[in-house]
Amino acid sequence: MSEQKTIVYPYIPNSVPATRSGMLEKTGVKAVEELYVGIPKKLRFKRPLKLPKPFLSELELKRHVSGILGKNKSCEEHLSFLGAGCYQHHVPSVVDTIINRGEFLTAYSGSNYSDMGRFQVMFEYVSMLTDLVGMEVAGYPVYDGSSSGGTALRMCARVTGRPEVLVPETVSPLRMKVIGNYCRNSEVKAIHRVSCNPDTGLIDLNDVKTKLTAKTAAVYLENPSYLGMIETQGQEVADLTHQNGSLFAVGVNPMSLGVLAPPGDYGADIVSGDTQPLGVHMNYGGGACGFVAVRDVEEHIAELPPLMVSIADLEGGEGFGFTLFAWAERLSYAARENAKEYTGTGTALWSTANAVYLALMGPQGMKDIGETILQKSHYAKKLLAGIPGVRMPFPSAHFNEFVVNFDDTGKTVSQINAALLKRKIFGGKDLSEEFPRLGQCALYCVSEIHTAKDLKRLAKVLKEVIA
Amino acid sequence: MSEEIKLRNYHAQVWDEPLLMEKSVRGQRGILIPEAEADVKAAVGEAKGLIPSSMRRATPPDLPEMAQPQVLRHFTRLSQMTMGNDVSNDIGVGTCTMKYSPKVNEALCGLPQMADLHPYQDPSTVQGMLEIMYKTRDFLREISGMDEICFQPTSGGQAVYTAASIVRAYHRAKGEGGKRDQVITTIFSHPVDAACPATVGYEVITLMPDKDGYPDFEALKGALSDRTAALFITNPEDIGLYNPRIEEFVKLVHDVGGLCFTDQANANGVLGKARAADVGFDMCHFNLHKTFSSPHGGMGPGCGALAVKEHLAKFLPVPVVTREGKRYGLDYGRPDSIGKVRDFYGNAQVVLRTYAWIMSLGAKGLNEVAEIAVLNNNYLEKLLLAIPGVTESYGEGKVRLDQIRYSWEKLTEDTGVTSEDVERRMTDFGIQAYWLSHHPHVIPEPFTPEPSDSHSKEDIDEWAAVMKQISKEAYEDPEKVKSAPHRGITKAVDESAMLLHEKCMFTYKKYKKVKAGEK
Repeated sequence: MSEQKTIVYPYIPNSVPATRSGMLEKTGVKAVEELYVGIPKKLRFKRPLKLPKPFLSELELKRHVSGILGKNKSCEEHLSFLGAGCYQHHVPSVVDTIINRGEFLTAYSGSNYSDMGRFQVMFEYVSMLTDLVGMEVAGYPVYDGSSSGGTALRMCARVTGRPEVLVPETVSPLRMKVIGNYCRNSEVKAIHRVSCNPDTGLIDLNDVKTKLTAKTAAVYLENPSYLGMIETQGQEVADLTHQNGSLFAVGVNPMSLGVLAPPGDYGADIVSGDTQPLGVHMNYGGGACGFVAVRDVEEHIAELPPLMVSIADLEGGEGFGFTLFAWAERLSYAARENAKEYTGTGTALWSTANAVYLALMGPQGMKDIGETILQKSHYAKKLLAGIPGVRMPFPSAHFNEFVVNFDDTGKTVSQINAALLKRKIFGGKDLSEEFPRLGQCALYCVSEIHTAKDLKRLAKVLKEVIA
Repeated sequence: MSEEIKLRNYHAQVWDEPLLMEKSVRGQRGILIPEAEADVKAAVGEAKGLIPSSMRRATPPDLPEMAQPQVLRHFTRLSQMTMGNDVSNDIGVGTCTMKYSPKVNEALCGLPQMADLHPYQDPSTVQGMLEIMYKTRDFLREISGMDEICFQPTSGGQAVYTAASIVRAYHRAKGEGGKRDQVITTIFSHPVDAACPATVGYEVITLMPDKDGYPDFEALKGALSDRTAALFITNPEDIGLYNPRIEEFVKLVHDVGGLCFTDQANANGVLGKARAADVGFDMCHFNLHKTFSSPHGGMGPGCGALAVKEHLAKFLPVPVVTREGKRYGLDYGRPDSIGKVRDFYGNAQVVLRTYAWIMSLGAKGLNEVAEIAVLNNNYLEKLLLAIPGVTESYGEGKVRLDQIRYSWEKLTEDTGVTSEDVERRMTDFGIQAYWLSHHPHVIPEPFTPEPSDSHSKEDIDEWAAVMKQISKEAYEDPEKVKSAPHRGITKAVDESAMLLHEKCMFTYKKYKKVKAGEK
């Protein structure tokens, strides 16, 4: 049946009938069907798959798919104030150029002899990232900010041999779903939530003190927090944590670290987060790129689950090379069920983007972008605070995000965002389901992409839709 | 193999490129950032004043300072020192299903209507994206025979982890969570099939192959009990054999109340030929970055699409893409869900590529993919088994599907040349280094090629000719192979220090420190 086909597929070189029959002959079989003899007849799928008629030409395919994508409304054509873990920043053209190099895009496991360039990029990414966050060691990137947080907490439990962790109540409920599932039935037997001061949104040190026990493996803190606040008590939390013999884990937005103190400066033992803001398009959340970084402490490195690249000497020669399987006994590739955790394909292309981004930005670029974001986000907060009925529940300093309360407008965030959408604005993330006690609140995110004009437009339109 | 195949007089591009940090020139800039406008500054003041003093960064990050063309050139050179599928013949990278990633799909991924979508946009503004996820779900339901698909896992490993989490939730819901604490897998299943059940708290029992290379059926019987939570098994396994008793395996596990998951990393040869659901499996997964053409990205981002039968659908991570009439939405209200395994919805851009790839081929095209993948593999087998030193383990006389694990054991015995020596030498011919085997190396001196549907006959002939040449060299001048690579990017790396904490240099700073200490 399939032997009678006439379609030659451009992606399948051996679909040319003459090639196919020549190969069959050399293989010593009359029909491909003979090669499926290993599958029991009963288990063979006997009808053609029911799939839509394909678009065989590239032109038709491109028209079809871009037609569907055309139903989307992107953040390019709309004014977006969405953040909450995924951030719209300018992606430099050089970043897109490099990650679309076929050599990087279509490589996979390779070896240090065939893919040395890629390993060098990984080494450079780790070198820059660890310096940015104030740590000393990291491996291949992992999945995203939440699962990297889960790994950080499990690592702390393994290092300390203690079964409980403390997590502030301001951590996103969706992140807690990831962390909760990752820690279930693991070294982490309990996750206790720590209160935050209702006026400032910052962690309540007294509650940290109360909840730290001999069972506490780690205290986890986010900076900036999910609700945008810059946590100023990092060092105090670190001191309390260390006095208790526990480890201090910090989740961070690396984009803030050109201006904000890196967690390493206020006592963090382990840092996790998502590097998507550093040169990766949002991709509907597909730009996430997690990392876990530690200090140069043997017992901590030994608990890292991902592949790690180390620079290495060459046998009898000048120069350097790289090796991929450092400390292989940690890895599920080598140790299977005895590994620390599982590891596999992660987000290496995005860490390549991060490397190019950080190289372009340099220390001054990271400082400049941090300052621009700080100024623009504070300006936006100021403009919105001037709208009747709009309140800013937290006076604390913030980086790129801040909470806006609409209770006094008599409208819900959902209604307001629907009205904004009609004016081609994506309003802030609705927090009313995630944090019901905050009332009708939204999390607004501002970055370098917003102009003063954009922010004034937001304030004007918001005022109109609320009125 | 035709005798006149001319091997490439390849030489790698050796740029001798310094480390990025050594190229820094004080004051250079790679990109400039827009300053806040005057009225913004007037309203909020200096940025420094907006940060509490204790939280200001004291010393700038030690990033390189470089102008834009130098950054571009540095990374372009490093790309030229990397053998992606776009430039090299990577038949050797078996179990990974290296295939062509169509450029038109990359163009589609680059559109703002994909790249610049925020995951929390109102569903009404992402109807195209949700439509693609929903329809791709339907395609994979048909291909697997399963009832529901989840794209949230972003790798094969994460899909297996999600499956293991669902096993845990299923037994807990039945009140047997405490009792069922064992998962059974096989040694030729991917390492994550052991590691993921362990990560979620299971004791793992590993079945070894019987004399024919199939997972030992009697050993399975011995391992089953009321403690069995599930079977996690790759089929066909990495040695390319479809387990003829797989239905019995599944039945035995079901009989004791366990669930069955099959890892479909090796699905390429069976697309449209056999379906996991028809075997009786409760769950399976597909690596969209392997079988369905999304580029591997040098280790991700990928997508491990998890497929489950109806009775497990309620446990899937949230949210689930829904359709009512012509409107697509996201459903978070699923009380039995395991929660989430990753932020947002997974790698949507990988799902888009999968959609486009399937729509470029249709049912007939997918059938062609499977048949050509299997034909290519069997054709390569004929060429390789004619090479001195190459043997095939297990399954004598059996027909393999998409890949085969070969052995150079005889070559090593005869010449001292190992599989790793061959791996280094092959890069001298412009061929991507092959994948030996997952651990442990049950088959000695292994290598595992997988000529996928997008490798041509000429690619296969060339690959086999390189193996033949290296075998010849091993018998005539083994030192030539052992001292390879000769025309590659780098000389042999000293890996001896990789187990020592003080010798591992994971960052530039550590490297400088170690080097300074050596002086």
